[in-house]
Amino acid sequence: MTPVIEMNGITKEFPGIIANDNITLSVQEGEIHALLGENGAGKSTLMSVLFGLYRAEKGKILVRGQEVDIKNPNDANELGIGMVHQHFKLVDTFSVLDNIILGYEDVDRGFLKKDEARQKIVELSEQYKLKIDPDALIRDISVGQQQRVEILKMLYRNSDILIFDEPTAVLTPQEIEELMKIMKALVKEGRSIILITHKLNEIQQVADRVTILRKGKKIDTLDVKDATNEMLAERMVGRKVLFELEKDPHAPGETVFECEGLTMRDPKTQKAVVSDMHFTVRQGEIVTIAGIEGNGQTEMVYGLTGLKPIERGAITLNGQDISHEPILRRNLIGLAHIPEDRQRYGLVLDYTLANNLILHNYFEDRFQSRGFLDKQAIESFAEHVIDKYDVRSSNGADSMARSMSGGNQQKAILGREIERDTDVIIAVQPTRGLDVGAIEFIHKELLALRDQGKAILLISLELDEVMRLSDRIIVMYEGEHVGEFDPAKTSPEELGLYMSGSKRKEA
Amino acid sequence: MREKTWVDGLLDYFLNSSTAVKVLASIIAIVGGLIVGLVIMLILDPSRAFAGFSTILFGLFRNGTQSIGNMLYYAVPIILTGLSVAFAFRTGLFNIGATGQLTFGAFFAVYVGVNWTFLGSFHWVVALLAGGLAGAFWGMIPGMLKAFRNVNEVVASIMLNYVAMYFSTLMVKTTIYNQSVARAFGPAESAQIPKGFFETLTNGSSLNYGLFVAFLVTAILHVILAKTTFGYQLKSVGFNRDASRYAGMNEKRNIILAMTIAGAVSGLAGAIMFLVPGRFLTIESNLLQEGFTGIAVSLLGLSSPIGVLIAGIFYGSLEIGGFYLQVTTQFVPELIEIIIAAIIYISALALFFQNIIYKTLKKRKDARLEATHE
Repeated sequence: MTPVIEMNGITKEFPGIIANDNITLSVQEGEIHALLGENGAGKSTLMSVLFGLYRAEKGKILVRGQEVDIKNPNDANELGIGMVHQHFKLVDTFSVLDNIILGYEDVDRGFLKKDEARQKIVELSEQYKLKIDPDALIRDISVGQQQRVEILKMLYRNSDILIFDEPTAVLTPQEIEELMKIMKALVKEGRSIILITHKLNEIQQVADRVTILRKGKKIDTLDVKDATNEMLAERMVGRKVLFELEKDPHAPGETVFECEGLTMRDPKTQKAVVSDMHFTVRQGEIVTIAGIEGNGQTEMVYGLTGLKPIERGAITLNGQDISHEPILRRNLIGLAHIPEDRQRYGLVLDYTLANNLILHNYFEDRFQSRGFLDKQAIESFAEHVIDKYDVRSSNGADSMARSMSGGNQQKAILGREIERDTDVIIAVQPTRGLDVGAIEFIHKELLALRDQGKAILLISLELDEVMRLSDRIIVMYEGEHVGEFDPAKTSPEELGLYMSGSKRKEA
Repeated sequence: MREKTWVDGLLDYFLNSSTAVKVLASIIAIVGGLIVGLVIMLILDPSRAFAGFSTILFGLFRNGTQSIGNMLYYAVPIILTGLSVAFAFRTGLFNIGATGQLTFGAFFAVYVGVNWTFLGSFHWVVALLAGGLAGAFWGMIPGMLKAFRNVNEVVASIMLNYVAMYFSTLMVKTTIYNQSVARAFGPAESAQIPKGFFETLTNGSSLNYGLFVAFLVTAILHVILAKTTFGYQLKSVGFNRDASRYAGMNEKRNIILAMTIAGAVSGLAGAIMFLVPGRFLTIESNLLQEGFTGIAVSLLGLSSPIGVLIAGIFYGSLEIGGFYLQVTTQFVPELIEIIIAAIIYISALALFFQNIIYKTLKKRKDARLEATHE
């Protein structure tokens, strides 16, 4: 049988790196083909080439046996290729219906033929159990529903080759379950799916075959039924990966970080985004705030770290009230922060790695004298962090942060924050978008810090991570504390119910 | 195996150095701008175009050291306003108010220069400093507005340009007005920036100690940006305001300081322009062009103090070329402005050029590598 997609010898270069090096990929009709690889392995680039966002320097693309030249996404659509991007491409203030027909409108003498479109959408959504209200505005529906809109968009355009770019990153366990069912239903109808992911469990659940990329090169294509997670991880990272982490028993010390009645309001809408949030973190424990993205976690961290003012509440760090202290004071009293958005907050991308590593303490005597930076001290500190935290880059301490991969950027931030040797560390989604190898490394470091007696507040959306690291779990829903759990006595499913607001514990 | 030659070395150097590629892109922009000038001259008067063009390029050698001295004299204020724009830019601020700071500085410098004759031999130094201080104050205003009220510094400083211009006109009329010629009095001789040994060295050109001020300011700003914790903060705020705040830096303080220093440098430019014989503050409502040229020079100099120094001197050489162009041929000196504009236009495409340069170099390298393997 002719494969529905064949990509032969695709090579795509960007200044300084070869993102795709002679990659070959073949997708059969009616299969779910997973594309597995670390961040920066070239998965998204390869799919962008297929979808017409980039043009490859070398290589051929065959769709249903025909050689094609895909110059832009419109060409891809014509060939029946659709893509759900990691960040949805929807107009917030348009209705579901309008978003689906946008760019593909049927018109009658300049007037939109919305009724026919509506009928088609209703039919499609019934056929695939993609429940959605066509008249709801995008900004009013959940992220999971927005993803359904993206899927409907592809179906509406009669796409039968569907690309999903890390589709589960933003979903709850229940929503992931739903999505998996939808994907299976789609291939049953004869459509083909390419699933970009770095989550091994998902591959085991739905994929038929998997192609593994590493550093821009294709490593292998395997039948999923013959592959184990260990095997996949090893090929993806290029070495053996530990899945189970040793964890010492929970032996917390004194409370060093505490927050009471924390309330924050969105200055524009006046809606409370964090309300009456409370928690304590003791030495030697990891307390995790679990929750679906957008439930006030980000704002809460801004409040705790001083990036945004709080409306009410008390934040206590090492016995001192820091509720209204400036950021510098909080840093000096002993708060380290691994920020959620490492490119916006964590790094100055146009600074060298060495300069980024002294971002909080450039003014300390060890790095300067009389206002002049001590280049040598800075370099040797950078070398120390690079060594200790295995930060890899093209040019060592002199590499531009911008040129480093996401995993190495994160390791650099982690190293910098740990080296500050503070009592409390707030880690916000520290492994977001990282590959198995880097995740393993960061998890180990966090557990080591906990065992040294540091107090760690972890904010995570990944339930695997929450279950693996936490000593206590607090679920946050719509800015509120809806329950605290002992990881040994709960399950991802139970947490999922609290995270989606279906249940709550009364305090 | 083929031996590695200097060509390989050169290719490697450019491929690994983004600064080198940027400099190359600036040079291409300059060449492109000059070609545009040449084409216009060819259209206007083909017979004299090449003579005129060589005047533009080599005019600075026409009168030996004197024209070189004059070139530097023209260059000094441009270097300073260029530094002013570049320094603010490194902190992420677009100081389009250089002309206003320059005007404000110029008025106070001239005021001190006309009135405070009791200062004796320190007179010119004090007048110069008065210009710098006034410029600093004028730069600080948009800085504070930006820091405390988040007012866009571009809008604030454009408006302040007009305020400075009319303030200067008003103050000239009420304080140092020379009724008979309808313009300000010139500064007292003791307030004129001394020419010192430049007088003999450059054969009576207009060059004065202002050149040292330009050099000194270049050096100071370079050191601040490259070596100090202060510069580290400024650049950090410029590159990424959020990350700087996250790290606990006081971005407000940094924004105000950066604008104040930028203003001071522009103020010095104003003082140096007017603390000379033969140039007078007028009561016409014109914004002084030097402030805007500074933006161009800052762009061309890649916002680095040393780069601005070089670009400013280059600009001076075009000015002097334009001067002789007018003297010796029929072409109008405005041609120089067109050339400068074309250069800026082309350097705005710098990114595009950088990519082309990068790809061309890469291809050459690959071709050479393949040749080696065969």
